[in-house]
Amino acid sequence: MTEPVLEAVGVTKHFTVASGLGAKATVHAVEDITLQLVPGRVTAVVGESGSGKTTLARLLARFYEPTSGTIRLEGRPVGRPRGDAELAYRKAVQLIFQDPFGSLNPLHRVRHNIDRAIRLHHRGLSRSDRLARARELLERVALTPADDYLEKFPHELSGGQRQRVVIARALAVEPRVLLGDEPISMLDVSIRLEMLNLLDRLRREDGLALLYITHDIASARYLCDDIVVMYAGRIVEAGPKEAVIADPQHPYTKLLIESSPDPHRDVELDRDDVFGSADELGEPPSLIDPPAGCRFHPRCPFAMEQCRTTRPPRIEVGPGHGADCWLHDVGRGHELAAASMTRLVSRNLTEEVS
Amino acid sequence: MRASLLRNGKVLFGVVVLGFFVLLALFGPMVLSALGLDARANDISAIAAPPSPEHPLGTTQFGQDVLAQVIEGARGSMFVGFLGAAIGTAIAIVVGVPAGYFGGTTGNLLNFVTNIFLVMPVLPLIFVVAGYLQGTGLVMIAIIIGVFGWAGGARTLRAQAMSVRNRDFVQAMRMLGEPHRRLIFVEVLPHLYGWIASMFLGGLIGAVMAEAGLAFLGVSDSSAISWGTMIQAAQQQSAVLRGLWWWFVPPGLCIALVGTAAALINFGVDELANPKLRAASRRVAKRTESVRREAAVAERA
Amino acid sequence: MTMIQERRPDAAAGDAGSDVLLEVRGLTVEYAGPSGAVRACADVSFDLHRGEILGVVGESGSGKSTLITALTRLQRPPAVTTAGRVVYRPREGGPAVDLVTLSPRRLRGLRWTRLSIVLQSAMDALNPVTRLGEQFVDVLRTHDRSLSRAAAWEEARRLLGLVGISADRARSFPHELSGGMRQRATIALALACRPELVVMDEPTTAVDVVMQRQILAQVLRLRREFGFAVVFVTHDLSLLLELADRIAVMYAGRIVELAASREIYRAPLHPYTQGLRDSFPPLHAPVERLEGIPGTPPDLRLLPAGCPFAPRCPHAFDRCRTEQPALVDHGERSVACHLRDPEEVRS
Repeated sequence: MTEPVLEAVGVTKHFTVASGLGAKATVHAVEDITLQLVPGRVTAVVGESGSGKTTLARLLARFYEPTSGTIRLEGRPVGRPRGDAELAYRKAVQLIFQDPFGSLNPLHRVRHNIDRAIRLHHRGLSRSDRLARARELLERVALTPADDYLEKFPHELSGGQRQRVVIARALAVEPRVLLGDEPISMLDVSIRLEMLNLLDRLRREDGLALLYITHDIASARYLCDDIVVMYAGRIVEAGPKEAVIADPQHPYTKLLIESSPDPHRDVELDRDDVFGSADELGEPPSLIDPPAGCRFHPRCPFAMEQCRTTRPPRIEVGPGHGADCWLHDVGRGHELAAASMTRLVSRNLTEEVS
Repeated sequence: MRASLLRNGKVLFGVVVLGFFVLLALFGPMVLSALGLDARANDISAIAAPPSPEHPLGTTQFGQDVLAQVIEGARGSMFVGFLGAAIGTAIAIVVGVPAGYFGGTTGNLLNFVTNIFLVMPVLPLIFVVAGYLQGTGLVMIAIIIGVFGWAGGARTLRAQAMSVRNRDFVQAMRMLGEPHRRLIFVEVLPHLYGWIASMFLGGLIGAVMAEAGLAFLGVSDSSAISWGTMIQAAQQQSAVLRGLWWWFVPPGLCIALVGTAAALINFGVDELANPKLRAASRRVAKRTESVRREAAVAERA
Repeated sequence: MTMIQERRPDAAAGDAGSDVLLEVRGLTVEYAGPSGAVRACADVSFDLHRGEILGVVGESGSGKSTLITALTRLQRPPAVTTAGRVVYRPREGGPAVDLVTLSPRRLRGLRWTRLSIVLQSAMDALNPVTRLGEQFVDVLRTHDRSLSRAAAWEEARRLLGLVGISADRARSFPHELSGGMRQRATIALALACRPELVVMDEPTTAVDVVMQRQILAQVLRLRREFGFAVVFVTHDLSLLLELADRIAVMYAGRIVELAASREIYRAPLHPYTQGLRDSFPPLHAPVERLEGIPGTPPDLRLLPAGCPFAPRCPHAFDRCRTEQPALVDHGERSVACHLRDPEEVRS
């Protein structure tokens, strides 16, 4: 396995927010995240809203600084970005936003966006050289004839086309890492696959390290090599995609997978079998006052005494596959495979209430 | 966008009227010599004379032709109006945009300064400043108006700049490594042009009226003629008591017309920018009605 | 408690027994744009059976949201229904009424008690300054003057309980509840007066997958108890394949296919439906390279002559580019495609 090009080591981010009448509260957005991005591999970060995945992307993109922990680019820790160091970081790491309609300035043509990206990182290129490069970039993202697209304004392009322009702009700096924060979730369904195929091609051709953030596990599975599952600001499970999806080792991962629509599953299942048991599944906790110990314990049907008090360690459950769950420490990991997690969680929560 | 702007009745009217006065101001002297009028000439034979063929707008207490003064006054008022508005808008941009863009300590500091100017008692301060500066020429009046009138605009621009800089495309360009200077001028500022234009037009109205007000209160260039000085002179000579309405009505009317014209242009531009406003939605409702009438189905409204 | 048939069998046996609740024929909606009228919905026809869950799926420009606002007469200018009828047949067998030409007064009488709607941003549709329970009481007492306040509050708490919100939250203000809870509360509110039809426009798009599963489980349970029909509009075909009885696929303002969801999954007839179904990568089946559908959904102002899907269709032939295919019945299903025209099939 090659050296990681970008890694986060024990990264934590807390935000201070005003909570009415001058009081201050701390949002524990991400807690102690360690992950690595390797050239040529796609890592998917899967989680729901409030899981901290967007904050993680912004931290890796150096939007803001971690409260604690280190971020390492090519092995070297990065401090506060300033001047040349900042530019060098921006050259290496690029972020694609979720909203293709907002990522491009409506007042500027495509040409302006791509040109600026080229100029910022390739000083001293002549005008015609830059134009040639811009054309090349648009061709790489299949926006041809390139000259037509260069002159267009964002409102003249469809969502898919805008997102391609955004990708072309990111590629213009020749990054080593591409971070995608839900890059396809605002696109029409029929063109999402094209976009994923494009990202796949780019990482193969350029050896990019790709971070793909999404709430849709199916698309994560299609594109990525490794999956990281986040819940309430922490990583709960991480490993190769087939291992994590086919045999999840954390109750939350299992709940997530069971809740995702999968029409390809046994077609003979009746609608009530599919939905029947999902009455009360709970909600992710508030990040201002997260539960002690394992943050999933209030919803977890397997919660033990130590889950309520102590944070579970990362336990290796397979090659390159780890889960933060006490069940594996006490030899009860096999219980996860047994029943439907949806049924268990629902029963657990309805019993609690009554 | 520009085509539909001019199709809007309000905007058209406003542009025509404002344009008329701008041209009057620019070509004033030529117009005067073409008509053979002199704003300062005293026609002793016609002191305080009502409108007549020789003096279409009558004469003042000193025998000066009112029409000539109005034309000359256009120059003075419009000059102060435009310059005052320009200075005010410029300061508002310089203070407001960085305040919104940078936020943090810089933003707070600039905001603090803005707030001070907002709550200042403007009128007394103007008198103090005017009294301190020997000689208040038109340029100085314009500067005073601009310097005391930028705060409201700065506040607006701060809010707008803040909202634009938080939009994805600005973040994205920042991620590319764009320096702040370029981000402000190339990415953020173009989105504020509408606000700035609107601010300038509003400033124009304000400055013209402020000039008139100041002149009325005695803070003006004694040798210059503007609509404000005309009204002031008329008041000093008790024109109202003497029934010399033709002295102060024309300049007052001109100020009102300029103000209305600028306001109409503003409304028109607003309508275009915000389709939810009544007139815009009235157009939409009319269009919808005609489609409904042609329809095969009688859907009751 | 009436037991309504859970899933309509594929054979939808014996039409005599299947009651039609809503009969939509030739519904056309146009938007009065500055450069002429644009057809957002063209010639939409379908039957909705009592207690059925009909899924409507489409992408941008498909007309699915326009269809919803037209069905419920909630559209605002510049949208106008220019043709068609939506015939509603009341449960007790009263006279059928055409919702399109109904007067606003009579329409108000139907809203909430017979027909209600849940929108995507429903969680924001709750009055922020009124307590949750109070909003239910409001609705309940407006439609049943004889209900006392106490009884209404009791019913409000019961309805909230049905969607998993505990009775003590009835006195909370909307902002004190999470997004998922607010969405569930709005669904309960839509069901407060036991309507016969609930129209839902992307009700779970703004919530997470786990909450979505929970909300839909509760909707299904309520449906078993109250027996209402659901028109569920979304872009997520994979969800409809699990949830709906029948699915209507819309493209460029028209229905291009209408069939039982099992059929849509197993054997879609329209190339667009095939492409759409294959745009959802599998969660457990082996991963292979998928393509989606090339091109982009059309601009409704510049629709091509002939079939609107022809530019993107891998099987398009000459007739497709010149002649608009009509929605034709093939037994229990319908499809608008020249490929399936018996004449073409024969040749």
